Amino acid sequence: MEQRFDAIVVGAGPAGCACGYKLAQAGLQVLVVERGKFAGAKNMWGGVFFGPVLSELLPNFWEEAPYERYVAYRRLSFLTDEDCLSIEFATPRFSQLPYNGFSLLRSKFDRWFATKVQEAGAIVATGLQADDLLWDGKQIIGIIAGGDKLPADVVIVGDGVNSILTQKAGLRGELKPHDVKQGVKEVLQFPRELLEQRFNLTGDEGIAWEFIGSCTRGLPGGGFIYTNKDSLSVGIIVQLNALAQKQVKANDLLDGFKRHPAIAGLLEGGKLVEYSAHLIPVAGIKMMPRLYTDGLLVTGDAAALVVGTGLILEGANFAVASGVAAAETVIRAKQRGDFSAGSLAYYQELLEQSFVLKDLKTFKGASHFLENPRIYTTYPELVCNLVEKILTNDGKPRKSAWQHFSEVKKGKISLWQMARDLMRGKEAV
Amino acid sequence: MTPISVEDKLAVNKYDIDRDFHIRIREDICQACDGHYCLYACPADCYKLTEGHITFSYEGCLECGSCWIVCDNGAIECILPRAGFGICYEYG
Repeated sequence: MEQRFDAIVVGAGPAGCACGYKLAQAGLQVLVVERGKFAGAKNMWGGVFFGPVLSELLPNFWEEAPYERYVAYRRLSFLTDEDCLSIEFATPRFSQLPYNGFSLLRSKFDRWFATKVQEAGAIVATGLQADDLLWDGKQIIGIIAGGDKLPADVVIVGDGVNSILTQKAGLRGELKPHDVKQGVKEVLQFPRELLEQRFNLTGDEGIAWEFIGSCTRGLPGGGFIYTNKDSLSVGIIVQLNALAQKQVKANDLLDGFKRHPAIAGLLEGGKLVEYSAHLIPVAGIKMMPRLYTDGLLVTGDAAALVVGTGLILEGANFAVASGVAAAETVIRAKQRGDFSAGSLAYYQELLEQSFVLKDLKTFKGASHFLENPRIYTTYPELVCNLVEKILTNDGKPRKSAWQHFSEVKKGKISLWQMARDLMRGKEAV
Repeated sequence: MTPISVEDKLAVNKYDIDRDFHIRIREDICQACDGHYCLYACPADCYKLTEGHITFSYEGCLECGSCWIVCDNGAIECILPRAGFGICYEYG
């Protein structure tokens, strides 16, 4: 017997789960297919989730979701080979509900999210791969998975950065190494008390700590340390084409990062429990595929809905927001009995009204700006050298900060160049 | 902290290894390439250069997709591991 679904969602990540949850809540017959053995089995990320979008979908989710810590502190550090200059932001407001951000481990969190989708009434089929699309003329009318034809009014694609179905639907070409960053991460386990001592955390407080500078040896990218309950997520993100061209491996950068004098002591004794890697679509609106066609919508990383600036790199909340917008579009299309591209164009409208496409447009220049190698070499060196000069007492008559600044920048960069870089950064931070 | 090899890092991961390869290298195209970007792009060191040939071991693959994006020549044919097989993250 062939079961026909109102909607088939491909991929049980944040986009697919958000969409499946919202559709099931509205009473639609929904199938979510996931190629991993369980939801989250194939998923990896840096480790922090920001913004109110998830709590709008699942009010008070933190009361039952397996989150690790809430983000009470944010720190940004500039690294040279030996030095580290940090800026930390702390406010009691980050410790008040609804929290501004959480550290999460995807394997645990996505699995939980998928159970919520099931409880809402959707079928979540794990260990099932969507191999192809079903077509009726130019209308997509379902998927082929595990050799079976599974018909549906509409397909919502949330199969991640390497989205095969977006390509099969003819909505985008091949990904380019220039448009993606590679993230590699180690999860290091510690006794909880030791971790809290080292990072000066109490209760469920956590820190999201990001790094720019020598950790990527001049390549566009950065490093991160996020605190989990009893582990750290430690990783490096770096532009894929740069790795290939400079013949550098991300894992070597990660090992170097872990040996940095400002960091090594904090990681001492950590037990490696997982090594993972994933790609992040970072070219924003330039790489975004068409978001819909007859009978199909594209969400999350598959749609390249990620905003990366010098100071933030966010995708998961965009994924959830796009999943919700896709669900709203499908509910409306169902009422009208029209799943053509014309009807599904409402999805693009919704995204344009929300932060999703607004943010992507605001920061459309960011990925280009972030390719400037001076961000990863000259500037971190400059600020570290300057602060060292100001703070070092060598018994000689003191100089003003401006005199020090003129000295440390000499031969490295001109004021004119700095002004130009700053101007170019307008659309990037 | 002494760095450990990629191989040792991968050894802590959980995999359900399929009996079939999910990545194939087209020897004819691969032989003509001297960039060998795959060697640097693969975070799991699945690609090795031995006596002028690229060899691939699929067992440690993290399914990130870097190799087939970075291979300009299209020498890498990737079919994902069968559903339920391959890397199985416990933390993520």
